[in-house]
Amino acid sequence: MKRFVLGALLALALAASMPLVFRNEYFFFAAYVVLQYVVLATAWNILGGYAGYVNFGTGAFFAVGAYTAVALYKAYALPLGLQILAGASVAGLLGFGVGLLTLRLRGIFFSIATIAVAIILETVVVNWQYVGGAKGLPTMRPEHTPFFDNHTVWLFFVMAVIAVLAVAAARYVETSWIGRGLRAIRDNEGAAECSGVPTLKLKLAAATLSGALMGAAGAPYAQYLSFIEPSSTFSLNYAVNALAMPIIGGMAHWTGPVIGAVLLGTVQQVVTVTISSEINVLVVGVLLVVFVVAAPEGILGLVQRIRALRKP
Amino acid sequence: MSPLLRIEGVSKQFGGFAALSAVSIDVAMGERFGLIGPNGSGKTTLINCVSGVLPHDGGSISFDGEEISKLPAYQRTRRGIARSFQIPRPFGSMSVLENLVVPLEFVVHRRSLHTADTRGEAMEILRGMGLADKADSLASRLSQVELRKMELARAMAARPRLLISDEAMAGLSSNEVSEVLEILFQLNATGITVIMIEHIMQAVMKFSQRVICLDAGRIICEGAPAEIVANADVQRAYLGA
Repeated sequence: MKRFVLGALLALALAASMPLVFRNEYFFFAAYVVLQYVVLATAWNILGGYAGYVNFGTGAFFAVGAYTAVALYKAYALPLGLQILAGASVAGLLGFGVGLLTLRLRGIFFSIATIAVAIILETVVVNWQYVGGAKGLPTMRPEHTPFFDNHTVWLFFVMAVIAVLAVAAARYVETSWIGRGLRAIRDNEGAAECSGVPTLKLKLAAATLSGALMGAAGAPYAQYLSFIEPSSTFSLNYAVNALAMPIIGGMAHWTGPVIGAVLLGTVQQVVTVTISSEINVLVVGVLLVVFVVAAPEGILGLVQRIRALRKP
Repeated sequence: MSPLLRIEGVSKQFGGFAALSAVSIDVAMGERFGLIGPNGSGKTTLINCVSGVLPHDGGSISFDGEEISKLPAYQRTRRGIARSFQIPRPFGSMSVLENLVVPLEFVVHRRSLHTADTRGEAMEILRGMGLADKADSLASRLSQVELRKMELARAMAARPRLLISDEAMAGLSSNEVSEVLEILFQLNATGITVIMIEHIMQAVMKFSQRVICLDAGRIICEGAPAEIVANADVQRAYLGA
């Protein structure tokens, strides 16, 4: 525990000192996206990795966070911290609601419902003129940026804080009785229920936490781009990446989604700059196929296998 | 004295098929109770209804005087009903020890998790089952008899008052059957009521104080093991004579 807290503080200190090393704003613009994926992949893994319930609607939860923040900023000019809290709360409620309707049933019903929710919510936002509708809405950045000279650097630091909190939450879930209950559900839900695990309650808690973290990741999005519109905010890329990153990193441990997000997120940013952003999905697809075939337990599983082979 | 488990007129339909038709059974505290019947007679359906895995359509089930028909399975486990499964259902990604820690955390110590030594308690149960040396092995790597024992150990970790053993001896050699039977006798000696569902007649007859035979979802015979063996309806159900 102490080591984790120390590591988390070190990571935040590193993030805060980055402006001393990197002068180019684009670095922070790109690193923000990587950190955003750390949050999304970690959040996805809480339900998908630990409990085995696959969420295909990451984009919807992300967008709910983003649009909640935009609506509240437009209406009350709320500060970023409150926008993030509100985005997380509404997305968490969405996770709870979708879970309540579908998690009583086992199997793929939750996954199908998350796709449906994404389509329904995107349609709602496209027709909601207050937040710009299909045309989108330019958003003004606040005049004063706290702690940092540059607003992009500030948003990068904010996302670093959200990422640390998300990883801390995932680690707590994984190492506590909650995580053991979720793993029991994934391994055999019937046996888990007969071992005293309140399966529905745990799944709902995981869906709520997972949704809330995805919403928190989406809340600063409009400030980051200075613009928001539905098609990119609800993009399927979020769902694909949030699923691919834990699979590539390894779903059994909280470090897996972090490794997957940093690796895949960085590769995507490099590809975007050097080749084209259109190649990103191809990169994700190819890596996903390679890992599913060659290392289904991800990088962490691969490392464990190599270690086991080296043991005398 | 009221029975520990009372099943009154329980029915269960799967579409047009009546798996259970108004089944009534009382099981007394501390009893060793055998439930037999040919394949498809409704034994597993009945215990699925008792443990909460399946909802029943009619009738009522009460445990220790409390109506439990509407309770989810995990609440029934917390009240003292534990079971093993006909086809073992280990938590395959966990170690054998962790498999036992799950019920210890969610049933026994859910209000005292910070002070409880769940791993120590799990180890103690594994020692009693002869599985101590497998504590750190992945549950998915156990042999058939080890899996059966682990299922019983996991059920025991929930500190049950009623243990339902669903064909825990299926596919085991005669020595292994004796081993599991011995474990069940030991558990019963500690005061745990045991319902044994089994196809191995020798084991059921040796273990049970009272036996009920089901056929096509109905009770066709109830009595002491010797009476069951001699009953013409039971012989007809098994041999089709």
